[in-house]
Formats: sequence, C-alpha cells, structure tokens
Amino acid sequence: MEPTNQPAAEQRSALVLHINGTPQRLTLDHRTTLLDVLREHLGLIGAKKGCDHGQCGACTVLVDGRRANSCLLLAVAQEERQITTVEGLAEGERLHPLQEAFLERDALQCGYCTPGQICSAVGMLREVADGFPSHVTPATADPTVPVELSTDEIRERMSGNLCRCGAYPRIVEAVEDVAAAGADGHPAGAAGRPGQGVA
Amino acid sequence: MKPFGYLRVSSVEEAVRAAGEHPGARFLAGGTNLVDLMKLGVEEPRTLIDVTRLPLDRIEELPDGGVRIGAMVRNSDLAASVPVRERYPVLSQSLLAGASGQLRNTATTGGNLLQRTRCLYFQDTSKPCNKRLPGTGCPAREGVHRDLAVLGHSQHCVATQPSDMAVALAALDATVHLHGPDGERSVPATDFHRLPDDHPEQDTVIRPGELLTAIQLPPVATGTRSRYRKARDRASYAFALVSVGAVLDVRDGVVRRAALAFGGLAHRPWRARAAEEVLQGAPATEDTFARAAEAELAAARPLRDNGFKVPLARNLAVGVLTDLAEIEDPADPGPSRPA
Repeated sequence: MEPTNQPAAEQRSALVLHINGTPQRLTLDHRTTLLDVLREHLGLIGAKKGCDHGQCGACTVLVDGRRANSCLLLAVAQEERQITTVEGLAEGERLHPLQEAFLERDALQCGYCTPGQICSAVGMLREVADGFPSHVTPATADPTVPVELSTDEIRERMSGNLCRCGAYPRIVEAVEDVAAAGADGHPAGAAGRPGQGVA
Repeated sequence: MKPFGYLRVSSVEEAVRAAGEHPGARFLAGGTNLVDLMKLGVEEPRTLIDVTRLPLDRIEELPDGGVRIGAMVRNSDLAASVPVRERYPVLSQSLLAGASGQLRNTATTGGNLLQRTRCLYFQDTSKPCNKRLPGTGCPAREGVHRDLAVLGHSQHCVATQPSDMAVALAALDATVHLHGPDGERSVPATDFHRLPDDHPEQDTVIRPGELLTAIQLPPVATGTRSRYRKARDRASYAFALVSVGAVLDVRDGVVRRAALAFGGLAHRPWRARAAEEVLQGAPATEDTFARAAEAELAAARPLRDNGFKVPLARNLAVGVLTDLAEIEDPADPGPSRPA
C-alpha cells in the first residue's frame, strides 16, 4: 500500500537556492515557504515568523536586492533569485551600517521584529535611491527629482514592519542616521533614474 | 495546505496550454494573495503554473500616447514609472496607497487585479460563504460587515473588491488583455469585475484557463488631471474603507470631461456614471461636485453597520474633485494634502 503521509514525487522538487551568495541544493515539498527553508532547513533564524500572512514584516528578506515577505514566497519559485537575509548583511565582523545604527540608537526592545526591520530598511533606502515615490510623496512632486527622505517618508515606507514593543521613534532615528550618512552603499541624494529597468 | 504540483512556463501559449492540461491548476505570479489563501485553505490548487518568468514585465509607451503594462510588472515598478507618474498620477497614487513596500515589490499588475475580497467570512473556512462555497449563505449580511458593500450587493454576497489599482484603472478607461484557449480578447476595465448577483463565486469575467497578459491605458488629453484618495482605519498599510479615483479636465471654469470611480463600496470598482453626467459641462464648483456625488450615491443601500461609507464617499469625491479643479500650476501643491 502506498504511504499516504508522503507527498508524491511530483509534489516535491530538487532545486538550488542562492542564499547570502551561497548555492544551496535542496529537495523541497512545494508547500515550503522561503521563510521555512531559511529557518528549518538552513538554520538561518534571523528572519522571524510573526504572522505568517504578510502582515507584520518580521520575515522580510531581500530578493534580488528588493525587500519581500519571505513567508509568502514559495521556495520552489525562488530559483535563480539572489536571496539576502539579515545574516548576509555584515561583511565579516563589520556590521552593516543599519545594524550599527540600530545598536547605536537602541532601536529595539524585545528584538523579534529587528531583523525584518533592518532588511526592510536596507531595501527601502535602495528604493529611495532608485527614485521610488511613496504614498506621502507630494502628488505634484517632479518624478525625475530625487525624493527627500523626511521622517514622514521613513514612517510611511516602513509601515510594512510592525513593532509590538513600539520602538518606532528610535527605528526612524536609526534609519535617518544611515540615510543622512549615505551609508547604504549609495551616496546620499544620488538617485538612479526613477523606475529604472521597467520602462 | 494541500500538496500540489509545480511547473514553470516560459511563454503565454505554454502557460495557457498547461492550464488546459492540468485540471485544478492556478497561475502563480507574485503569490502575495494566492499563497496566503492557500495557507488559509481557501484556495486548494492541484498544480501551480509559475508565470513569473513570462516576458510580460515591460511598461511600453505606445505610439498613440497610451501605455501598455505587462501583467508581470511589479506594483512598485509601475508606481515608480515616470510615464505613469506624469500621465496617470491616479494610477501611481492608487498603488502607493495600497499594501506595504514589501508586498508592492512582489505583487504583480495582473495579480493585483485578480486579488480576492478580504471579507472575513470568505477567508475563514469554518464559516459559510457564497463566494467560497456557493449555496452556503452569507453571514456577513447580519454579521461583521463594516468594511463591506453599500452599492450593487445582492442577497448572496456583500463583499467588496479590495484593489486600489482597479479603481484607478476603472477611472482611466483602461483595457484588460486576456489570452485563453480560444485566443486573445480584450475587456474594458470597467466590465472586468462583476457584481455578485446570483454568482458571487465569480469575481471577474475571466474564463477558466485564461491568463491576464496586459493592461492598456488610453492616451490622456492635455490638461487632464487625475488623483486617488483613500480613507482607511490607519494612516498606512490598510485596505480602503472608501476610495476615489478621479480624472478631470476643466477649461474656463467648466468641466469638459470627468471620470470618477469609487473603491470600497462594491463588488467591483464603482464607476460613477450618474455623477459624471452631472459633472459634464457643469461649472467646476464645489456645489456641482456635491450634487454629482449625491446623484451617484442615491443608489446606496447600506447594511446595518456601514452607512458611514455613504457620506465618507461623498466627502472624498468632493474633496478630490475640488483639489483637481483648483490646482492651476503643477508646481503649486495648492490646497491638497497627500492623498
């Protein structure tokens, strides 16, 4: 008799995921989310499972440099994508400027949302550099002029990351520090062409 | 979640063929709604056909001045597109008013238009729901329906269509391009979503096995302005209670052309034709705008707990039309606030 608790072969796939620059060969049930691969298969427990429905942002990682909720991504669909988790942000012992800023500003209490906040902020600063507008960018703003990253802009752009401890004021300060220093790898205020790569 | 097969396709034809060969298949794009619904047990596809590698990820400027948006263009890329921001601000603003940065980076144009209602009963498989399981009833009519429809609902369903982008597309007279087993066809965005009537399980007019391939925007007349405004329970990252997408052309104080659509009020983006009739050729004054909104909303049939949406919709419409009519200099933000 066929075992009924094992998915059939066509319900699993062998695949390679690129996580923090390292190819990982895995055989996965198609139901497995990227978040579960990171935490349960690869021991990368920085990304957290908060709501598991894309509502809290604790699972945020970077996919090809863009922030995304790893709980809503099926791992099998992420082949060829470059995945960066919070574990992949530091260079050796040198923390990423946003990690430094979160420590410096004490931008956390329990810390559960912090890896997601930091990955989200890394992606967000890249979006600003790429000229992405936000909901609070004035409707009349010139689309070809770089966005000025005000406190309102930071709050709006980070609204996909919830912090139940309410550390928001210091999270905003930490992001402001890095944005002001232009330390995200892009010089402050130097924007790429908005909407680059899509038109 | 139930086990499922997974396959990846590289052309539209291959995708449509695969859908025909795999009963119970679903197309997977960004997955931000579909994967969530699979976790909830609302969706139980037997096969996922991954369409994210299809060559439908471009925003093309057309010779006639219009724009064609591939179905795989990410919401964040569409919102940031310079031609879209310059010619169709209502579309960029509607996208930015929805979801979070993470979700907009993942969700696609096609998926956004096809997302399902967030009615609590639809998402809870322990409850009856005519949309999820036809014939089981609609507990929302007597239950929790503060977020639900006031226009066009039926005894079978009071759900609302949740997409902000769809509201902008309705106001812009966009066209939806589909590719199915019988070839290609196009549907006006205003006819793409349905009212629930006797078949609330059908959100749209899309047919089994059809793939949404592109959205096309017609050229806009010089001098036309557009804007999106949304009221919600918190300042960011929440679905609309009510939203308004408006396109307005005013010359010498008279409305030359107006297109208005509401979100959060019905099972589809609610194009306000009665309001537009009042607006057409009328003086561009707050009084006209109020009469127009009221003409449209006279048809509202609120449920026990969502009557607040009617005056909210009226005030949003008057506010956004007034702002659009008063802005003379694009460099002058005028009396408007961020939408």
